[in-house]
Amino acid sequence: MATPANNLIEVRNLDFSRGPRRIFKNLNVVIERGRVTAIMGPSGTGKTTLLRLITRQLIPDRGQILIDGVDIAKLNLAELYQLRQRFGMLFQNGALLTDMSVFENVAFPLREHTRLTNRLIRHVVLTKLHAVGLRGAADMMPAELSGGMARRVALARAMVMDPDILIYDEPFVGLDPISMGVIVRLVRRMNDALGISSILVSHDVKEISAVADCSFLIADGKVAASGSPDELRSESSDVVRQFMHGMADGPVAFHFQAPDYAEQLLGRDVD
Amino acid sequence: MFREIYYAVLEFLRTFGALQLFFLRLLQHSPSILFRRFGLVVKQVHNAGALSIVIIMVCGLFVGGVLGLQGYSNLARFNAEDSVGTFAAFALIKELGPVITALLFAGRAGTALASEIGLMKATDQLSAMEMMAVNPMRRILVPRFLGGVISMPLLAAVFSTIGLFGAHLVGVNLLGVDVGAFWQQIQQTLDMADIYEGVVKSVVFGVVASLLAVWEGYNAIPTAEGVGRATTRTVVITAIAVLFFDFLITAIVL
Repeated sequence: MATPANNLIEVRNLDFSRGPRRIFKNLNVVIERGRVTAIMGPSGTGKTTLLRLITRQLIPDRGQILIDGVDIAKLNLAELYQLRQRFGMLFQNGALLTDMSVFENVAFPLREHTRLTNRLIRHVVLTKLHAVGLRGAADMMPAELSGGMARRVALARAMVMDPDILIYDEPFVGLDPISMGVIVRLVRRMNDALGISSILVSHDVKEISAVADCSFLIADGKVAASGSPDELRSESSDVVRQFMHGMADGPVAFHFQAPDYAEQLLGRDVD
Repeated sequence: MFREIYYAVLEFLRTFGALQLFFLRLLQHSPSILFRRFGLVVKQVHNAGALSIVIIMVCGLFVGGVLGLQGYSNLARFNAEDSVGTFAAFALIKELGPVITALLFAGRAGTALASEIGLMKATDQLSAMEMMAVNPMRRILVPRFLGGVISMPLLAAVFSTIGLFGAHLVGVNLLGVDVGAFWQQIQQTLDMADIYEGVVKSVVFGVVASLLAVWEGYNAIPTAEGVGRATTRTVVITAIAVLFFDFLITAIVL
């Protein structure tokens, strides 16, 4: 099977389980170059797990993940690290290194991977911090930052090596509406201004609709629907409708798997 | 019941094997970190060593003082109170210096290492490093391991020295043993071989304590509870391992 040149990442027939729990079953996802792709789904469907599989922090049980047509399972450690330099990843809580200042956090990849002079590093870091509006916070420590600020610093750090692919893990969780708006704008602007591809994992339907070109809705270990946010909203299947419109009960049940209610309350197995 | 014992032994062997592989990986990366990223190691020597020095000095002083008191009162029965210096020097340099330093190190620096690494794991900092194509093994674990290994013999030397000073304070200044006899006996009886024994012990304990602290932190379950448990385990396991190796080395040397 040849890979069309526009396909950046292809996930083919992916199976993955954690212990006895089957997370993905025959999952197929194609992420195209230069676009903002969202991966959506109810909590616990393994969205973050998919990111970790794509970046080979986890290894699939079966199936392939191709990046630019290359199967990442076949890379050795040096090649993997080379590949990862093309990625910038924004973790859910920022994952800033707590023993370094904001400036040093953003400078970290440069210091590890390049031999730039201190002046040049300063220049690059301040530019990136300026882009996320936090040049003034350069000397603060991560513990002094608010959640939204920490995430913006992490974004600056993710961009500092000029990656081709930016990955955002739940970028909107736990943010106030203003910070959320800031992040939405940044995601779009980074993607278009730098000509990179963005992958976004989230369950915030409103924000995703504002920013994504294409979304995949994952439920029950499979892609339940895909397409532009508008297409998803007009989709008629029950799962998609429940998720897009935020209904409490539906195919994704309100109740976690449990024995029969009446039987458990009246049951004689309790003494 | 045999089945349970069988599985417990199997599990122990598996963990032990994994620990050895982990140790080899640390050693494999150690030379290049030591020569190319010495700054990282220096920072950890500061964290593990320099920041432990006060507790080491205070404890050394008291342990030395106790040796002075006990040595004096027991040796006086044989009219050998002049030997209190030798008594304290042997006890400190061969046994108490390395052992107590290692136990204090486990409590002060080992717990700090384990909880720091465990929290880094819990807050995705290690994954973030992986994603920035930086190997946490090299950037985080190896410098901390080396920092501990380098610090331990230095701390043990400080402990023994201060301890001897404490014994001098009690024996000579307080109880009136002759200064000349105190030092002369030490000079006559203490060989370089005795000092080597202490140094070997403290190097081995340094490797053991640092390895276990880094291992427990790295393998901590990434939750608040898991990190807490890893920290406790670090102290308990290090104490057992240090005393075991102390026995082993003493048995080999004697």
